Order: sequence, then structure tokens, then C-alpha cells
Amino acid sequence: MIEVTEVPSPFCGIGTDDLTIRVDGVSLKVVENGCPVNTPAFEQAITDTSPRVDGKDVSLDAAVAKAAALLKGTNQPVIGGCATDVNGMRALLALADRCGAVVDNMNFNATRRNLLALQDSGWMTTTLAEVKNRCDLFLVVGADPESFAPRFFERYLWNQESMFLEDTGNREVIYLGKAPSGNASTSPKGQKAQVFECGMEDLPELVAVLRALVKGQPIRAESVGGIAVADLQGIADKLKAAGYSVVTWAASALSYDQAELTVQTLSEMIKDINDLNTRCSGLPLGGKEGDQTANQVCGWTTGYPARTRFSKGFPEYDPYLNDIEVMTANGEADALVWVQAFNVNAVPPATDLPTIVIGRSGMTFAKEPDVFIPVGTPGIDHAGHAYRMDNVVAIRLKKCRDSGLPSTSDVLNAIEQAL
Amino acid sequence: MLIKLTGGTVYDPASGIDGKKQDIYIKDGRIVNQPGPDVQIDKEYDLSGKVVMSGAIDMHTHIGGGKGNIARTLLPEDHRMDPVHRTDATRSGTGHAMPSTFVTGYRYAEMGYTAGFEPAVLAVNARQAHMEMADIPILDKGGYVMLGSDDYLLRMLTAKKDQKAINDYVAWTLQAAKGIGIKVVNPGGISAFKFNQRKLDLDEKNSHYGVSPREILQVLATAVKQLGITHPLHVHGCNLGVPGNMNTTLDTIQGIGGLPMHLTHIQFHSYGTEGDFKFSSGAAQIAEAVNRNKNITIDVGQVLFGQTVTASGDNMRQHANHKHASPNKWVCMDIECDAGCGVVPFKYKDQNFVNALQWAIGLETFLLVDDPWRIFLTTDHPNGAPFTSYPHLIRLLMDKSFRNDMLATIHPEAQKMTTLASIDREYSLQEIAIMTRAGAARLIGLQDRGGLSAGNWADITVYTDNADREKMFAKPDYVFKDGELVVRDGTVVHSKWGTTHIVKPDWDPSIEKDLQKYFDRFLTMKVGNFKISDDEFTDIGRGSLTAHPLKGEVA
Repeated sequence: MIEVTEVPSPFCGIGTDDLTIRVDGVSLKVVENGCPVNTPAFEQAITDTSPRVDGKDVSLDAAVAKAAALLKGTNQPVIGGCATDVNGMRALLALADRCGAVVDNMNFNATRRNLLALQDSGWMTTTLAEVKNRCDLFLVVGADPESFAPRFFERYLWNQESMFLEDTGNREVIYLGKAPSGNASTSPKGQKAQVFECGMEDLPELVAVLRALVKGQPIRAESVGGIAVADLQGIADKLKAAGYSVVTWAASALSYDQAELTVQTLSEMIKDINDLNTRCSGLPLGGKEGDQTANQVCGWTTGYPARTRFSKGFPEYDPYLNDIEVMTANGEADALVWVQAFNVNAVPPATDLPTIVIGRSGMTFAKEPDVFIPVGTPGIDHAGHAYRMDNVVAIRLKKCRDSGLPSTSDVLNAIEQAL
Repeated sequence: MLIKLTGGTVYDPASGIDGKKQDIYIKDGRIVNQPGPDVQIDKEYDLSGKVVMSGAIDMHTHIGGGKGNIARTLLPEDHRMDPVHRTDATRSGTGHAMPSTFVTGYRYAEMGYTAGFEPAVLAVNARQAHMEMADIPILDKGGYVMLGSDDYLLRMLTAKKDQKAINDYVAWTLQAAKGIGIKVVNPGGISAFKFNQRKLDLDEKNSHYGVSPREILQVLATAVKQLGITHPLHVHGCNLGVPGNMNTTLDTIQGIGGLPMHLTHIQFHSYGTEGDFKFSSGAAQIAEAVNRNKNITIDVGQVLFGQTVTASGDNMRQHANHKHASPNKWVCMDIECDAGCGVVPFKYKDQNFVNALQWAIGLETFLLVDDPWRIFLTTDHPNGAPFTSYPHLIRLLMDKSFRNDMLATIHPEAQKMTTLASIDREYSLQEIAIMTRAGAARLIGLQDRGGLSAGNWADITVYTDNADREKMFAKPDYVFKDGELVVRDGTVVHSKWGTTHIVKPDWDPSIEKDLQKYFDRFLTMKVGNFKISDDEFTDIGRGSLTAHPLKGEVA
């Protein structure tokens, strides 16, 4: 039995790297600094160690050969999931380039809300250490940071010491849209967050009015989505008075049509505040389990985010047409490769297509895929790199145990070789 | 495998050879002496009538790191116009302003370049910079690690820590981030922007730390010198792009008191305030100061016309410049109490007075600085123009009549504000070889690169002499990287992986205790997880580290 300390997590998106993990053979126990997101993700037991073809145990070589054979005659293979580490994504993109596949990160429909805003008008953002040391007003729009990452407030707002704030407990937290699911946003002194609740369907209008108020535009209505304009004016005034406010949202929570316009309005409001003689920055919540990693690696390899096709021999990005769930449902694909090294519950979409799953050991299927190759999890079974939600910091994942499971990149490189 | 390159005309400033017909032998990746008459030559290339130089080295090019990837993500329309097909030898990708990593490597190699150095590696983002560069084929690479707006250093300066303590921190950071030099960007200004300061002159104090850019430059330049790091402090000065900033630049040169200092993309820092538009060329004064101060080296950051994207650590100035964004979208980011970045697309237009004069100022600088060993050919890729425009830039420098033809087409008021037409100088092939090869290798401190004498790694470029220098430099006949033929007739025929160049100055191990406490108190990761380990380069199976000696050390 050994203990591994200062373990970084690829699961929570906020780059916690202070976990202590007790390793007993291949079973792990988080003994320090766990949370409801990280602890089960680390402690997930290994079940399968053997690859399967048509439900029968086979050698890794045989499974790789079968996967290559399935891909060989295809006209339009698709690669979904895209949940792995940097090396896994490198191998995935090499394979996609080799066989003309469409690559699509499983959470791209959420990420798209941010990317469309970014690619249309840009934004001003910040990172977690700036939040931790500088943020004096934290505005949460339609999101619930503590269910996203249970230790978010503990690590980045209620930290004991900060570089530039006398007392982090004096930070103000405001929720607009959703109420928090728990009490993590309550300061250590007991100061509760201000909450202005509305229906998610009212959020676009609410955000538009808030931006108008920031810009000093007159608003005739007295309330928007059930929230008094006077309250919104109060938020606008606080944003303008703060020294370094941070506005956060979670693209995945903005699950309504044209939510990119909400992201864009918020981003433009943040820019406006920076022209009003103070500072303000955005902090998009998201990017767990390899989402950010997929977009980063695909970004430098192809120039585009991770919804990109190689069918014509070069990368082409389309945030709508390259949605592989739509493609498989519409009969536009003839084979599916699903890559998910982090989450046993994130299984491939139901399909009759030939299916190859490169998945975390422990994954179970309603319908057995043609090929299943269990792989190790980056940060548990092998070292690797994963991006944090704020994109700047790539964390060095550790190997905690010897499971003998191959890495995603081992398997995908072998399939590419076999082609 | 013994390769012989027979009868080429060699330009090798590192050995003082200027256009001499000479054979070159390659064995095991390196250049060797003539092995004797009985030794069998495995492969011979007839280079009679060809021009032979070592592989070119871009000493300042933004090819790795978060801001580049933001630039890529921001501009899908720019990539869409420049798709790059997969071939038997190469991966697919996209090009233009901020090409994908694979395309970056191929296109550099296809112009005869064999190394590129990323000048703005944020320590906290260094993993990303190295991971991106690990996916750039063929080229060797390396990075300059950014300091000067990081809280730890500014805190040390506020507390008046001694130079020795600062040296230890600089050395520690350089090794943790695996760099080969130290860069400072808008010294203290990136931090000041986070405290809502919108400009910071050389003697203006950061409002929180009470430290001025001049003090930061002084301690960092001293640290670099005392640690024996070959590459001088790499400085992106104050007031980038601001009319009148030539005075800041002159003051910066004076103020460094003879310490080695490299002023980067100096074109963007050479502006006066004369004329009807209150914008004029300061190139003559800057060049004069550079000529006089032998401790100063510069690269130009030439502007060339067309669409590009500017990506800089200087979020203070990038935020101020966002009003010029074209297309109108831009990103600014505050980063980890360490640094920042700003990404602003730009379209430089020859009929825009300011852009046209920027073009002329860059060329004036090239032509008025006397010593080619102290000036380097850059566009600050992609900020002044994409690196793919280098052959065009070389023609502008080597061909006066071509230059004057171009000059005649730019904004007429800009033509009146430049002395370019009266400058007769034309760069020679040897001077180009100095700027892009021997000088760059010497400036960075690369051992066994940038020269063609025995013992050097066989990074070799072979051109067909052509009076049209743009055509000549755009399409080498052959490029060898570490002795392997990678480019034939301007096309990649074989891909391989280069090394990452670093230096390893020493530090007092006791400082890690303080850093550990500091990281635990204020930052978002453990100090042990911050430091990049060697196996992060090698575990992908194609990377390596090459450590170069410090000054005074024997390798």
C-alpha cells in the first residue's frame, strides 16, 4: 500500500492538485481533499482488462487488427467522445487524418455556445489565480459553480490569504438566474450570496438589460423576468464600482436556442465595463474530462476546434454539420469510433453502425460494440496532460498505479499503424 | 551513411566563408571533415552553381503557446482560405496567419528554416508552448521565458531583495519552464493593467508594487548577465505602438547602462510625432543609437501588407489597440498573476498612412543599422506579417529597385515621411546569412548550429541563385535537417523531429522552500506540479532536450 500526494485531477476542471490517494494494488482511495466529483472518478474500479471483439475476450493485437479492418473499407468514419489526454488526442487526430474521419468532442454543443461568441466578437477572460487573488465581485450568471466543481469556492474565493485583498471574506457574490444548489458560496463569515432568480428562458432578456444598464441606457420596463430593473441597476452599479469583478457562466447550463447570444452579450458587457475606467473579466466554467484538451490539441493540430472533418484530406470545421450524433442518426457515417478514457457513464450514442469503443475500464453497454478496448485513465493509470477550465494551465497528470491497461494513445497509434 | 555535397558556393559567416566553392561532407547527422580519398561516398549531390547556407534560424516567432491557439480559434475564416492537404510525407492542416503546428514546421522547412524560437513563454503556460512546439515537425525549437509582470518578482523588487536572490528566482523559473532565454514584455505593465493602469512609461511606477519598468529591466538584464545566459535579456519595451515611443526606446537603451539587451520588434517602438498626422519615423535615431551601443541587439518586426493577427503578452497595449481590430473581434486575458495576453486581428494596408509608414520604418531600420550581427530578420510572426512572407522581405532588403517600386505604391503621405528612397544599401547574401543563421545562433547561444564547419549539425539549405531573391529564398532545392534530406524543390519529402534547446543555470536550492510556501499560499497549483520535467519532452517518443553551455562554461 502506498500513498500518492499532490495528485492533480483531470475530472473537476478546476485543476485541484492536492489530492492524496492511497493505492492498494489497483484499487484507489482518495484519503485527502476529495470531493463528490473527484472521489468517485478516482475510485472507479477496474472491471475489464481484456479487449473484446463481438463480446469475446481477445488479445490487444487482435482487437486492434479488427478495429483497423472495420475502418479500412469505410467512406465516412466518425470519431466521437474525444475525452482523453493530450497524447490521446494527438493519436486520435493522427488516426482521423489517416482515415478521413470526422472528429467531434462529445460536449461540443455546449462549448459551441462559447465558441460562436468568441469567433464572432471575442472576449476578455481571466484565470483561476487572478480570481483567487484579485476578484472583489463575483457574478454568477445562470450557473451553479459548486455542482460543477464542489471545491470551487473553497479554493478560489474563500482562500485564507490572497495577494491583493485584505480579507477574502469581504468579496461579494451575486447569482443571476439560478440559485445556488448549496452553501458553498456563503462566505466563511456567514455572508450569503445575493440571489436574483429567474427562469432560464428569461436569461437572454435579463442579460441584455443588464448590459444596457451598464452602458447607461434608459430602461422603461420596471421588471424583467420577474426581477426588478432597480435590482439589475444595483448589479450594474456594483460591476462599475468594483476593482476587479469576474463574471462567470457555464455554457452547458445555457441549454436554450441561440444561447451563444447570451454569451456574446455578457462578453460585450465585460468589454464595456473595461472602458468605464475599471477592470472586469469573464470566467467561462466548463472543460472537464478532456473537453478543453480536445479543443486545444485539435486547435493547434488543425487550426480549428474539435468538431472538424478530414474527409477531403484536409481539416474543415463546421460547428453544426460535423455533429456526429446528427451524422450517425442521418446515415451520413459508416463507422463510429468512441474515445472516452475518463467517464464510464459516457457511452457512445445508440447506433447500428460498426462501433469501436476505446473506453475507460468499467464501461458497460446496452449493446455490445464490435470492438471494445478498455484503456487506462490519464492521471490514474498513466501520466499525461490535461487542460484546466481556464485553458492556460495544462496540468501534468500522474501515474498512480500499475494496471497494465494501455493508454488511449497506445491503442489509437496501433490502430493507425495497422491501417 | 556518408553524404557529399559537391561544388556548391558556400556562405558560412560563422567560419568567415563568403561565397567560396567548397564541398561539404555529412556523417551521422553532422558535418565532418573530408574523410580521405578511400572512403566511400554513399550519396552525392551535385551543387555546382548552387548557393549553400546553413539552415535558417528564426530567433523570434510566435509558434507555441496559448495566445497562438487563441488566435487560431478566433479566425476559422483565415484557415478556410488556406487548407493544406495530407500527403504521403506530411500531415494535413491549415495555414495563413497562424498556421497549424504541422503546417508551421513544413512551411518553415520549405523556406530553408530549421529552427524557430518562441519568444513569449509564460512560465505558467510553458507546458502548452512546449506541447505545441512538440507537434511542429522538422524544426528545432526553444523558448524565452517571460518575467517582469509576475507577482513573485515584483514582490521581490518591492521588498528590495538583493540581486543574488533575484538571480536564483530567474534561474529557477528558466529551468522550471525549460527555456533558453529570458523575455520581458512591457515590464510591469501587464501587471499594472490588472490594477487598471492603462499606460506605463519607463519611469512610471506600477501602482501596487511601486516598481518602475526601468528597475525591472535593470535587475533582469543583470540577472541574465550574472547567470551566464548567452541570450541577452529579450525586451519588448514600454509603449508599443504609441506615437513618440522612440524616446522611450532611446531612453531604454541609455538606461540599461551597457548591459547586454535585445530589443525585439523594434519597428513597433520607433515612432515619432512629427508631420501632419503626428506620426513619423524614428528609425534613423534608433539605428544611430543601436550602431553606437554595442551591447544592443535588435530584431525588426517588419510589417508587410495584408491580413494577419497580432498575438502578444502585452495585454495592456493590445487592449488599447483593439479599436483597430480587423475583423472586429479580439481577446484579452489576464493570466495567473503571472502574465497576460491579447489577440487582435490586423489588416495592414498599403493605402493606410500609419501602416504604410510602419512598413517604411521597418525597412529603414534594416538598412540603417550597420552591423548585421546585431540585427535580425523578423516580422514578429504573426504580428507584423506571417513568417511565410520572409522571401518577399529578403527581396526588399537585397533589391533596391524592387524596394523603390514598392515604395512608389504606398500611401503618398507616407512616401513623403520616409527617407527610404534615398537609401542605396542592398543586403548581400553573406549579410542575409549572418542575420538569419550565424548571427542568430550566436545570439541565442546555440552550440553546433548555424554554421557549416565540421562538428556542426548538418542543418543545410541549398538554393539556386536567382536575381529574383524572393523566388530564390521561397524555394530551396534541398534542405537537410540533422543530415536528413527533408525538402526537395521547395516541398517537404520527409518529416522528422527536431530537438528543444535549453540552458540550465544554477540556483540556490534553498529558494524552493520559499517558492513552495508562496505557491501554497497564493497560486493554484503545487510547486512540484508547476515544474516541467524532462520526461514530458521524451514520453511522446519524438522529443528531446539539448542543453547549451552557459557563458564561460566549456561544453
